[in-house]
Amino acid sequence: MEEAVINTGDTAWMLISTGLVVLMIPGLALFYGGMVRVKSVLNMMMMSFGALAVVFVLWIAFGFSMVFGDSVGGKGLIGDIGQFTFLNGLDNSTALIGTIPAAVFIAFQGIFAAITVALISGSIADRAKFGAWMVFAGIWATLVYFPVAHWVFAFDDFVAKTGGWIANDLGALDFAGGTAVHINAGAAGLALALILGKRVGFGKIPMRPHSLPLVMLGAALLWFGWFGFNAGSAVASNGTAGLALLNTIGATTAAVLSWLLVEKVRDGHATSLGAASGVVAGLVAITPACAAVNASGALIIGAVAGALCALSVGLKFKLGYDDSLDVVAVHLVGGIVGTIMIGFVGVDVGLFNGGGTDQLVKQAIGAGAVLAYSFIATLIIGKIVDLTIGFRITNDQELAGIDVAIHAERAYELTDNSQGSVLGFSKGA
Amino acid sequence: MKLITAILKPFKLEDVKNALQGAGITGMTVSEASGFGRQGGHTEVYRGAEYTVDLIPKVRLEVLVDDKDADSVVDVIVKAASTGSIGDGKVWTTPVDQVIRVRTGERGVDAI
Repeated sequence: MEEAVINTGDTAWMLISTGLVVLMIPGLALFYGGMVRVKSVLNMMMMSFGALAVVFVLWIAFGFSMVFGDSVGGKGLIGDIGQFTFLNGLDNSTALIGTIPAAVFIAFQGIFAAITVALISGSIADRAKFGAWMVFAGIWATLVYFPVAHWVFAFDDFVAKTGGWIANDLGALDFAGGTAVHINAGAAGLALALILGKRVGFGKIPMRPHSLPLVMLGAALLWFGWFGFNAGSAVASNGTAGLALLNTIGATTAAVLSWLLVEKVRDGHATSLGAASGVVAGLVAITPACAAVNASGALIIGAVAGALCALSVGLKFKLGYDDSLDVVAVHLVGGIVGTIMIGFVGVDVGLFNGGGTDQLVKQAIGAGAVLAYSFIATLIIGKIVDLTIGFRITNDQELAGIDVAIHAERAYELTDNSQGSVLGFSKGA
Repeated sequence: MKLITAILKPFKLEDVKNALQGAGITGMTVSEASGFGRQGGHTEVYRGAEYTVDLIPKVRLEVLVDDKDADSVVDVIVKAASTGSIGDGKVWTTPVDQVIRVRTGERGVDAI
């Protein structure tokens, strides 16, 4: 590796980007929380906050090392867990990664792990034991996210000498995580929805979003945070970051239009939930491609993703799985669209830009590998959690509402008419 | 004495309230209600899933009146609440045994 020198412009941008990606966690919590019924909004939001807490602690303990340590045996499958255990030598104010402090790079990438796990929670709304979810989050991050992120994000000679197979051997392009984050979370969401089964009354009783303004606010915060996610993935304050930022707006706006168009034609109404969903579908799809396409390419990717994701939300009713908040339709489908379409509209490498089918095949292999590994591994992990500690709350608890049953809280107290009396206070403290 | 109960379209509450005040009525109770009659519910769509919503929002207005005023007050409400379209609501009266004003202890018509 060359002698590293700190670049303060890069560092400033990456400090901001890290703050932006942290904002995606409450953004996602609001986006998901608004979509569930009033009796389960707190649990929905807690799954995002809980995932962040569990995963970031593991990230410092051994996750970073599993992703960015030297590839074990040079096979590109998993980083050396012993190399940066507890960040061994990197958690100080002088160590650098690239042109920025190692501490900033570590924090930035750690949130990627957390948000990926949090995304999965949308498929199991209203019905998962909180403790089981927290255990699952830790195991899943360790056995699925950390290896897959190594495959995709660990470039040779960046943090360590040898990196992951998708990034280096295969050469599939995934700038900010279309495979490692979105296909990964989407496939896991599908597997977990199958393990937990349907909510009581799924497909029979209406399960209306309890607060669409919260959903819109969450989508807006996600969009804002996504500038850190995508443009920050340049790990520099440069033209690549600028292009990624532009495309993160272009694709997203195109996806809003196409999602709404599908709704208007299919359902007769353009809805606010559709607009918010279009935002996220566009963001997901442009994530892998934001530095590989020009502005027109981004518009095409966004438009295709918005339409295909909007058409995919009905699949769960046809096929009979309760992916409650459409993690499959938005993140799996959107992630596949973005990853594959690099092979069509990628500058220089895309089929439509004279690049032949070479890159397209690489993209498909990368997407397929992550999808298959995540789906199968999640089925196994989810089943083990279910058989040991149990993943679902009881039907009675679910009908009464998971917020009160599991967290002993209610989201909203809009009048002072509840009455009651004080039972006691916690001892100590 | 009579209790007049009116189920109204929420946006007609202002008109009805003003009309009642114009007719000399000095007190009323209003609460949010939901239900359905011949108007039926409406349809909502969330990510392609279409739901019928049976219960639609209404307001319930309650007024206590002396027996001799009941018919005229009912007429005032009906006139002010009417739009002529389906879903305008209903008005009914119920006999009331006793009314007490909490502050003074006055009873009967004096308490209205």
